Amino acid sequence: MRQLLRAVIFGILGYLIGAALTWLIRGGSMGDEVCVVFGYILGLIGWLFGIGMGDTWVREWFGLPARKYEVTGWKRYLGFSTDHKVIGVQYLATFIVVLLLGGVAAMIIRFELAQAGEGILNADRYNQVMSMHGILMVAVAVAAILGSFGNYLVPIMIGADDMAFPRLNAVTFWLIPPVAIGLLAAPTLGSFDAGWTAYPPLSVVNNGGQILFVLAVTTFGLSSILGGLNVITTIVTMRAPGMTWGRLPIFVWGAFSASLISLLTTQFFAASLILIAMDRVAGTVFFNGGAGGDPLLYQHLFWFYSHPAVYVMVLPGFGAVLETITHMSRKPLFAYKAVVVSFLSIAGLSVIVWAHHMFTSGMAEYLHGPFMFASEMISVPTGMVFLSAVATLWRGKLWMKTPLFFAMIWIFQFLMGGVTGIFLADVVTDVSLHDSYFVVAHFHYTIMGGMLFAFLTGIFFWFPKITGRMINDRLGIIFALWLTIAFQLTFLPQFWLGTNGMNRRIADYPEQLEGANLMSSISAFILGSSFILFVYILLSGAIRGPKAGGNPWNASTLEWQVSSPPPEHNFSGQPTVVGHPYGYGTAGSRHAEFADVTVAAAPPEQPGTDQGGDHE
Amino acid sequence: MAMTTTPEADHSRAAATYRPAANRLGLWLFLASETFLFAAFISSRFVVSGTDQPEHLNQGLALLLTLLLLLSSISAFRAEAAMAHDNRKLFHREMLTTIVLGLLFLVGVGVEFNEAVADFPVGTIYGSSFFMLIGLHAFHVLTGILALGVVWNLGRKGHYSSQDHWPVEGVVKYWHFVDLMWVAIYPTLYLFGGS
Repeated sequence: MRQLLRAVIFGILGYLIGAALTWLIRGGSMGDEVCVVFGYILGLIGWLFGIGMGDTWVREWFGLPARKYEVTGWKRYLGFSTDHKVIGVQYLATFIVVLLLGGVAAMIIRFELAQAGEGILNADRYNQVMSMHGILMVAVAVAAILGSFGNYLVPIMIGADDMAFPRLNAVTFWLIPPVAIGLLAAPTLGSFDAGWTAYPPLSVVNNGGQILFVLAVTTFGLSSILGGLNVITTIVTMRAPGMTWGRLPIFVWGAFSASLISLLTTQFFAASLILIAMDRVAGTVFFNGGAGGDPLLYQHLFWFYSHPAVYVMVLPGFGAVLETITHMSRKPLFAYKAVVVSFLSIAGLSVIVWAHHMFTSGMAEYLHGPFMFASEMISVPTGMVFLSAVATLWRGKLWMKTPLFFAMIWIFQFLMGGVTGIFLADVVTDVSLHDSYFVVAHFHYTIMGGMLFAFLTGIFFWFPKITGRMINDRLGIIFALWLTIAFQLTFLPQFWLGTNGMNRRIADYPEQLEGANLMSSISAFILGSSFILFVYILLSGAIRGPKAGGNPWNASTLEWQVSSPPPEHNFSGQPTVVGHPYGYGTAGSRHAEFADVTVAAAPPEQPGTDQGGDHE
Repeated sequence: MAMTTTPEADHSRAAATYRPAANRLGLWLFLASETFLFAAFISSRFVVSGTDQPEHLNQGLALLLTLLLLLSSISAFRAEAAMAHDNRKLFHREMLTTIVLGLLFLVGVGVEFNEAVADFPVGTIYGSSFFMLIGLHAFHVLTGILALGVVWNLGRKGHYSSQDHWPVEGVVKYWHFVDLMWVAIYPTLYLFGGS
């Protein structure tokens, strides 16, 4: 608490000092963008110093011993904790809040679009709300699964006691609040209205809020790079004895390949945003066509990250879904090795497909063919993931609890996203579908369907592990069906709208499209309200749900072999891994042994015989 | 990989056994990531201005800057080797040499900027790339000097030994990396194209 207060004070002081110094040196006004830039940078440094870097690293840089605070209970979650489980929960809570904020923006957008003509928002305001919705949700998609489950579960799953760099991990999380503050403060400088993609020339000449967008999102990129670095190092160097690469749980592979992408390609996003900041503040002309610059440069740099970012979003999601499916259908994961190869080849292919976002941008004609081909290639490894999911379910002993509901719905949702994506990867069809609501619908099926549903799968699957309590399963299933049906009714009409000429990112549309839009809007409100139930399920489960015990799903991987929530350093003894993680149905199969007592015996044939038996 | 601990070992294993491997890998991953950042800016220069080159480029100064950085990499290497052999005296001298060479480099960049602003200001397309790339690199040199300073100061106070000097190794590797990036930037800005 004290650290947090100190961080806020140092952050504000840093901002004021930076902005004031720049103003003194340069003149003009304190609200100028240059002052904002330097204020933000010093403010960020002050914030990090105050939250805990000052107590640890900075003191060590001068040869002093690091200061340690003994904080217990819920106050740990409000301070600089280096415990990976605390950080995981911090991520989870933060991004559920950001998700709900982005959802409110979505509701405003659908309210405006329920009728043709100008409603509650004028065109400018609409663009600002749409941009805010976009960037908040993209942030959720990029960091929610990797940040929360990646932090919470990866070390336990590989038998380690923490991440490789616990302090760096804490800094990675505490970079997020300045991002949120920066984005939400943008309206004070006139907000940003260039979408989450921030294409120049608009993003170089629009309101001052854009500079806060640039600074905040660059900070977010830094957080994602450091997070990726930490996850990879942890997986490579901290695996328990016997945890060979071929025995890693599939979620760890998902986190690994996603981290690889975010470690390397995020720098291109940072580069593109830094160039925008330079064009706005320092007078460079990178994107000024009149002075010899090239706005298309931005699109190349931007999509070199932002297409792979889609896989940063969904690869940990693939992992979470496959993990849930294999445990809850009581079968070994089908084609484990092929799935691992798919994950890695998705990571590899993801960096050579970016220009499929630019078929109508006027880039060189000869690039169209190769990028179309490479983009469609990605459906091969992705198809492998579907095959594994479906074949694992095939003739399994399905345990129809909330997580498996979400995992199975995910298969459908992401399939819809994937199939409609083919039309957008194909040059001929993309030329007419580009920038239409078809793209919006496709994007929401892939990201909301592919990432958010996987996130919900993970939340409900690991909720007992994190809180030690069970949710109300009946409510969970009602939520799953409510959300899914409302989702279809919201986004299916948007495919039709897109092919009938409705443009994305425009507040108005032709009157003959009103019916489908109204339907989409009403369904969107139904969809949005389902999240009230979601929050209720989580809160009531966490507060007064029945105790879960260490292994409520009778699952085989390491995180289920310890108490819920796990003890401070995860394991009381050193685990030794002796077999494949998913040995369901194989007599005598064991995943791990512990120094003191062998716990992870063969998973039982009949799952959950002690659970009350509301499964087949 | 890194499975030397016995099952009986307790949680101190993270601190004892895995540290050097983890630190090294972490640094290499960070440098790989940074390489992508430099690659983005270097490729931007070719996208916006092809291989065009302005007439006035201070080739002599650029060559001098390159030499300074290459020499500083040698002294940085010698500093690390000195610490690995517990030769503290040599360590001090070579660290200081590296820092001074780095500072000289920054002064040289200042002189170069002052000259270049007249020939191709920031508002021209070549000037944009030029100031962006060299500025980005100079920022890395600056952080490198600060890190070298911290490590030099701690080494002076006797914090490291031949057995335990990861910070020295890390900062020297970072310095080599910054040097290597200049080796890519120098031809990008001074040698490609032109007449």
